[in-house]
Amino acid sequence: MRTRLALLGGTYSNWRALQATLSDIQARSVDSIYCLGDFGAFGPYPDRIFPLLQEAGVQCIQGNYDNSLAGGLEDCQCGYTDPRDNHFAKISYRYTNENTSPQYKSWMGTLPHQLCLEIDGHRLLLCHGSPRKMNEFVWNTTSPDQFLGHLLEEAAADIVCATHTGIKWHRQITSRQHWINVGVLGRPENDGATNVWYTLLQISGAEVTVEFVPVIYDHRALAEDMRKERLPQEFIETILTGWWTTCLEILPHKERANGKF
Amino acid sequence: MTIHSSSNHPRVKLKHLDHLWFQVTGTLCNLACTHCFNSSGPGVRTFDFLSRETIALELQQAVRLGVREVFFTGGEPFLHKELIEILALSLQQAPTTVLTNGTLINDRLAQQLAEIEKTSRYSLEIRISLDGYTAEMNDRLRGPGVFDKVLEATARLARRGLLPLVTVVRTWPESEELRIIAGFMNALQQSGYNRPRIKILPSLPLGRELTRIENGHHEILLTEEMLRGFDRDLLMCSNSRIVTSHGIWVCPLLVEEPDARLGTSTKDMQPDYELRHRACHTCYQYGTFCQNVSASVEGMPNIE
Repeated sequence: MRTRLALLGGTYSNWRALQATLSDIQARSVDSIYCLGDFGAFGPYPDRIFPLLQEAGVQCIQGNYDNSLAGGLEDCQCGYTDPRDNHFAKISYRYTNENTSPQYKSWMGTLPHQLCLEIDGHRLLLCHGSPRKMNEFVWNTTSPDQFLGHLLEEAAADIVCATHTGIKWHRQITSRQHWINVGVLGRPENDGATNVWYTLLQISGAEVTVEFVPVIYDHRALAEDMRKERLPQEFIETILTGWWTTCLEILPHKERANGKF
Repeated sequence: MTIHSSSNHPRVKLKHLDHLWFQVTGTLCNLACTHCFNSSGPGVRTFDFLSRETIALELQQAVRLGVREVFFTGGEPFLHKELIEILALSLQQAPTTVLTNGTLINDRLAQQLAEIEKTSRYSLEIRISLDGYTAEMNDRLRGPGVFDKVLEATARLARRGLLPLVTVVRTWPESEELRIIAGFMNALQQSGYNRPRIKILPSLPLGRELTRIENGHHEILLTEEMLRGFDRDLLMCSNSRIVTSHGIWVCPLLVEEPDARLGTSTKDMQPDYELRHRACHTCYQYGTFCQNVSASVEGMPNIE
């Protein structure tokens, strides 16, 4: 028996990338599709995400952005301390909050914080940031093996799938233990390429295969949408160039040095 | 000393050793900054150096406990002759941060740091303190000539692909924050550090800084009531410990407080600690400021 899951990270209102992703998935005989939260932020027309997710039968969990919007909180709970990052985070949160319908906010409030699955004896845990905290940043270069092992054991999981940081990565820690950051659909991952990423996870008996799938979508049309909605030029630049221009303070040294700003 | 015996002070348990700190050069420093929170300085031997062997043993123990990140502080860590070897050893096991005043980072050291960073799969963070964006502002607190040396060091590191995290203690009203940060950005860029990373820290009512600000400030201590509904994971004592030449302490801020000593090594990480110092209130007020921003776990309730 082979089980194949499509795992989507934060969509950040990038409805064009989500549309392209869902049609890519259609051609790949996938058993289920999951989205790990942070539906809004950054991009235009937040309400366009939800019908797409619902039509494709995507099972969703809550991210910190969704938790904030559903709870009527004042910010996105990303915990920025840099005043410039905070300035842009506020613009993005205000826009998303004002343009998300109450019905979708309530729906986000009903979503689980994590999902546990068991496939061929592998215990999977799907979460947003980490199993212990919804908004914890777990980066490749600041998460040593022993720490990931601790998080997995504490959560009684063999495979953890998370998003939240915006950059995909996968590490096999022991023969059974995997940590997978599935990437995000919302914005490119700070490498100068305009595509975004999702993840295919295939389990067949003892075998676990992780494939990161690049999604090329009409990013210029998205930039045009963003212009129409008067979203900041800095956000548009990221979509058009593939380099992050804001929210940089959260990046550890190596991830930051790989970027342009 | 701000020890109080009231039983109303909250107790916090070590939930998991996320962060292990080493006071690698004790309180020995080549500078004597007026706001130093642990009163380090030239000839100050309240705490002594840690040997490479001690560090290796403690690291081994911490790895078994699932440690997430390792931090080296002092005093001035680069006064330790084996610091590069120690950082390289730590980087094999965990992401590593060194907190330095930057004045000793010459071309040779910058090159060595770049080399160990490049060969490690984990991030090396070099945190350099700076307290003003002009020589006049900075050197008033940190000593004459320090500003120029720090700017030279950041440029040296930047030329080799390293992006040090420049930490600045907030000594201005919030309304001036943007203007002042722009001042730091400009000064760093003009000296050759093109993509400056800046982290603002709160001033700590401890050590020499306590004496400096004492007048006009009254004591604020934590109570159980204040922690009701507060996420205790934000407090360092719930996730960190520090190794010094005199044993293991509950957190890097409290190394001058005898009651914050827990034992001789990481084996003695006491399960909980009573928060009865002013620094505990600072930690409560400002959250995870001792960590690098990238590692912060802020704001949200735990997932049950």
